[in-house]
Amino acid sequence: MSQKPKKSGQRQTVDGGPGDPLSPSRRRLLAGGLAGGTALASGAFSRSADAAKSIDGAPVLPDWTKYLGPGTDARSYGQPSQFESDVVRRNVEWLTATTESSVNFTPLHELDGIITPNGLCFERHHGGMAVVNPAEHRLMINGLVEQPLVFTVDELRRLPQENRIHFLECAANSGMEWHGAQLNGCQYTHGMVHCVQYTGVSLKLLLEQAGLKTSGKWVLAEGADSAAMSRSIPMEKALDDCLVAYSMNGERLRPEQGYPLRLVVPGFEGNMWVKWLRRLEVGDKAWYHREETSKYTDLLPDGTARKFTWLMEPKSVITSPSPQLPAIETGFNTIKGLAWSGNGKVKRVDVSLDGGVNWHTAKLHEPVLPKCLTRFTLDWEWSGDPALIQSRCIDETGYMQPTMAELQKVRGLESIYHNNGIQTWEIKKDGSAENVRLA
Amino acid sequence: MFASPNRTGVVLALLALAALPFAPAAAKDYGLGSPAGEAEVEAWDIDIRPDGQGLPTGSGTPGEGEDVYVEKCASCHGDFAEGAGRYPPLMGGFDTLKTENPIKTIGSYWPYASTVWDYVHRAMPFGNAQSLTDDETYALTAYLLHLNQVIDYDQEVNQDNLASFEMPNADGFHRKQRPEFPKTEPCMNDCKDQVEIAGRASDVGVTPKEETSTPGDQDASADLDGDDGASEAGTRQLAGDPQAGRTVFQQCQACHTLDQGGAHRVGPNLHGVFGREAGTADGFGRYSPAMQDADVVWNADTLSKYLRAPQEFMPGTQMPFAGVKDEEKLRDLLAYLKDAS
Repeated sequence: MSQKPKKSGQRQTVDGGPGDPLSPSRRRLLAGGLAGGTALASGAFSRSADAAKSIDGAPVLPDWTKYLGPGTDARSYGQPSQFESDVVRRNVEWLTATTESSVNFTPLHELDGIITPNGLCFERHHGGMAVVNPAEHRLMINGLVEQPLVFTVDELRRLPQENRIHFLECAANSGMEWHGAQLNGCQYTHGMVHCVQYTGVSLKLLLEQAGLKTSGKWVLAEGADSAAMSRSIPMEKALDDCLVAYSMNGERLRPEQGYPLRLVVPGFEGNMWVKWLRRLEVGDKAWYHREETSKYTDLLPDGTARKFTWLMEPKSVITSPSPQLPAIETGFNTIKGLAWSGNGKVKRVDVSLDGGVNWHTAKLHEPVLPKCLTRFTLDWEWSGDPALIQSRCIDETGYMQPTMAELQKVRGLESIYHNNGIQTWEIKKDGSAENVRLA
Repeated sequence: MFASPNRTGVVLALLALAALPFAPAAAKDYGLGSPAGEAEVEAWDIDIRPDGQGLPTGSGTPGEGEDVYVEKCASCHGDFAEGAGRYPPLMGGFDTLKTENPIKTIGSYWPYASTVWDYVHRAMPFGNAQSLTDDETYALTAYLLHLNQVIDYDQEVNQDNLASFEMPNADGFHRKQRPEFPKTEPCMNDCKDQVEIAGRASDVGVTPKEETSTPGDQDASADLDGDDGASEAGTRQLAGDPQAGRTVFQQCQACHTLDQGGAHRVGPNLHGVFGREAGTADGFGRYSPAMQDADVVWNADTLSKYLRAPQEFMPGTQMPFAGVKDEEKLRDLLAYLKDAS
């Protein structure tokens, strides 16, 4: 990817000079076609002939300060600024045969806070994005229940609602990194995670409406997409904290996230969060469908495989500085990152600047919620010397995120899924970052 | 469309269950949702379990399945279910699970035959799901089981016997404790003696480019019609060091295997690449039009040109690799490829 140009190490003075023509902000302005704005800073608008015409490339009187902007109805559904058009989901084309059975990645490096905007939540489809008319959609509950039931989407929205913020992480997040440092940017290495506020109905409440039989030990969740995605959920989890969600971040689910209904299985791998949910069947045994046998099982060095590895273990990543971002400059920098754990709350995050020799405890930003992304930061005065930056998550159960070497020792290189090893970015002398693997 | 709900029975049942595990203490009935009749449930309920629960009446043989396979499956999964590009192989891979290149197929990995029936029925053919009849699904299941040496060619598969076929890797799965790490007090200072970088993303070079550029000119305009095949350069002595080339090849390993019979990954298996016509590795289905149309035989000369600057030598190639710019490394790599392939 293009390395965004780095500004000179010198602090820019407010002297009305031309500024660095390649500064990122200026580059974006140029890309947006607004370079002409500087032309306005002519003598006619200056208070005096000596007045500064611009500050570091920012005109004193830009167009947007002088002229009316678009009116209220110019965009009935708002979009991000045109200068943020490079903040998008991206895919890795060589990973999959088709985009219909594929994945793209959340641009974690460009995001702040813990909430992922709906349009940036990574997508994973197995048979393309189902476009479902909610008026023709039903949710059936059958199997070991007293009375099989069928709900309309409207009926589900009438039931008592719950609102909770949870991360969703694909079991294969970081799966391309088992063999070594491969993809250069946290969007690709860690971008199969997102975190939104869900609104929906408690799965427990729904199952109770149909009358659970005591012989029911498992729930099969099935989607309405062309893969009819299906996963077996253990009853203990189904009755704990699962939701059937119809909204995310306050608006209805996006189609690519399962509109009109998706299962929410907090702390468990994303594949179980069945989208376009159309059926829940209660049974006394697991179904061992394709996504819990052929896929989403973890092959170990002895040739056996662990099954039902649902829980997403504690994990973290530094999102800034990171490879896709502009090079950093010497002086004050804020190291920013995200941590999460399927076990519950993040208790602590430590950051190393020297490849794991010494660690510094980072600041956790409220809210710190269970099974939810947690934002951490660490102040850093960068001297300009190369650095190896890492973060490690410790959750409320005391589990500490392992190093890649520790993880590979017990799981080998072919697990594909559940790589929660510590990520290292090398900060080079020029301030740019690269994904590296330590011995 | 549904009868008005009569919920009294459900509520009574719930009250009766109140003291049992999983049963709520006071499950309130909100009176929403409609009872689903038997016919409705039957029409919607498509799932199959390892014990055969859910299988409809029907049957098929491997021979019948072969016909369906050739018509509806081979275009993606290959003529012999060997896979093509990123479309997965459906057979073989036995004894690979412990190796560096595990091939997880129905035969080498899947624990239950029921999963084949269930998945083929619910999701295949890709893009035309649930279009197969029950008998076609039995027949395809039979054919795939036969290709994986689970049943004979004349063995019929039906609703009564599917659950009885034991898969080769049936015992390959377990639920051993995870995580495997003891909980320890985190070390904060002087936690290791030395720090060494073992690899970096730029060595691999597979990160997507982020420029929103238009796709490259797919028209392979370079003149590739020359008589490269038997050029003298192609047979000249390779001066590089194969041992050093092995290290260079690490950049290639993410996408290419080199051993005889090795799997195709993102790129084709490279065994026997010397002397092979470009774009002809058996069973590899991801070649770019440029590679398919190229009239090139791989030899030291053509390979060195290609590996030095892939897009320059073959505009439109899908190999996401910038090229080996260091001439010595390039010679080493070629020497290794020649030796190892």
